[in-house]
Amino acid sequence: MIDLITIAGPPSSGKTSVIIKMIDSIEGFKDKCGVIKFDCLSALDEEQYAKHGITAKTGLAGNLCPDHYFVSNFEECINWAKEKGFSTLITESAGLCNRCAPHLKNVPAICILDNLSGINTPLKTGPMVKLADVVVVTKSDLVSQAEKEVFRFKIQQVNPKCKVLFINGITGQGADKLARLVITENKKMEKEQMKLRFSMPTALCSYCLGETRVGEDFQIGLNRKIKL
Amino acid sequence: METEILLHKPLKEIVNENPLFSDFFSSFQIKAENEHKSFTEYISTQPDSFWDENASSKEEIANLFVDYISGIAASEQKTTIETLDILRGIDKSKNPENCNLHLNPGEITCIVGPTGSGKSRLLADIEWLANGDTPTKRKVLINGQPADEDTSALFGGKLIAQITQNMNFVLDMDVESFLMLHAQSRLLMNAEDAVKEVMKLANELSGEPFDPTTPVTFLSGGQSRALMIADVACIGQAPIVLIDEIENAGVNKKKALDLLVSKDKIVLMATHDPLLILLADKRVVIKNGGMDKIITTNTHEKGYYAELEKMDKAMQEAKDFFRYGNELKES
Repeated sequence: MIDLITIAGPPSSGKTSVIIKMIDSIEGFKDKCGVIKFDCLSALDEEQYAKHGITAKTGLAGNLCPDHYFVSNFEECINWAKEKGFSTLITESAGLCNRCAPHLKNVPAICILDNLSGINTPLKTGPMVKLADVVVVTKSDLVSQAEKEVFRFKIQQVNPKCKVLFINGITGQGADKLARLVITENKKMEKEQMKLRFSMPTALCSYCLGETRVGEDFQIGLNRKIKL
Repeated sequence: METEILLHKPLKEIVNENPLFSDFFSSFQIKAENEHKSFTEYISTQPDSFWDENASSKEEIANLFVDYISGIAASEQKTTIETLDILRGIDKSKNPENCNLHLNPGEITCIVGPTGSGKSRLLADIEWLANGDTPTKRKVLINGQPADEDTSALFGGKLIAQITQNMNFVLDMDVESFLMLHAQSRLLMNAEDAVKEVMKLANELSGEPFDPTTPVTFLSGGQSRALMIADVACIGQAPIVLIDEIENAGVNKKKALDLLVSKDKIVLMATHDPLLILLADKRVVIKNGGMDKIITTNTHEKGYYAELEKMDKAMQEAKDFFRYGNELKES
């Protein structure tokens, strides 16, 4: 049986730093966990993990929908982690289109947001924030106390049940608390029960199949027109 | 707050009586202000599509609502801080620290020590309500009790406010709208008065006046710091204020401290500025990462403050002299 944690957040919000600090905060945990990073085009984080002695792999979705790619490869990731003898598997995925969330039922779900990214970010980030168990706020050492408080308030408006943690991704302050919440107190669960917390988008139109021409004549399948 | 009563009260009345509840309903896109049904009726009459959209279920939302009610009840219970203690841990060489630190509301304490000695670490331990779980192994007690996760949750993040030199405003808003937003997020009843008070105090503190329509990102370093201090004092509810090196900020330091003390805050300040050190009631000396000793500011030192203040004033006058284009000439 393996423990799972899903971590999501907009690009450059500090996901990798928080994960590294979280793993570092538990002695000897490095050797017991693996990280898989999901991304679209390129990911340079494998090296960053390696520098800290953490085993990490990258999955690039290329021209597929990254969220579909994530969910259709999840089982393979678990198998990889088992083969390596890890007790915990952490998945990291960037927010991408913000329509989806990689969070699974019964698996601790963390969303990472950047305090510098504007007051409406929690609202715009959609199910990633709304369905998370823990929302981590990074870079809050750079903003005023008042903005920090307003940001927390906005998160709790979107997701009243989540825990909000302020973590400094550079010094790691607060990362141990996150580790305690999601690793040490993580409940084991059966893989068979795994279910997404939020359904993936219906995406079946000609553009999914590689159409590049613009215009009504070329649109086949499920389309929706903008109301102007 | 009676949970049973709230479950069977029309949603309209609930939000009318306590606007705090509109947050809960709006997060599920429930238009409570026009809803005659009670919570129990409402959730039992929702179509499947409602649960799909919210990725939730009747049981889940009911549990959340009950949690939310108890959360509000807990936040309304005013918890006051009478004492804050930092129990000794270890220094950088893993030797036990020499002393504990005891703090009271309305009291200013300075943290002194050379650069890199561990002043910020002490502030960080307090901010994080250390419980033997930081490198220093210090323990923070609030009202004589260990501050565990529940204590921090009880205060809902309102326990400690921090003001540091590298904090900036990043929002694209003017000062007044921003303060209004903060006051509203604090659910203050008289938000407008609070905003006016903060504006007035911030202008007094900074010495360079600014008006309510200035974008917060346009404020100078001194104006920003002044606004942060006034905001922490009047809008923020945090009873503990941690200040890290604000001496160069162009703020009327004495007024700023008086303001925080008058609001009965516990003020802890890491500083190298002798004026600030002597304004404080006491200071804790940090050596090699450990709390070395506590010195209470004595009357002799208070007397020396007046002397220092004179020098400071002369320095300030000299600064202004040259700043405003004057020239020294042989008389």
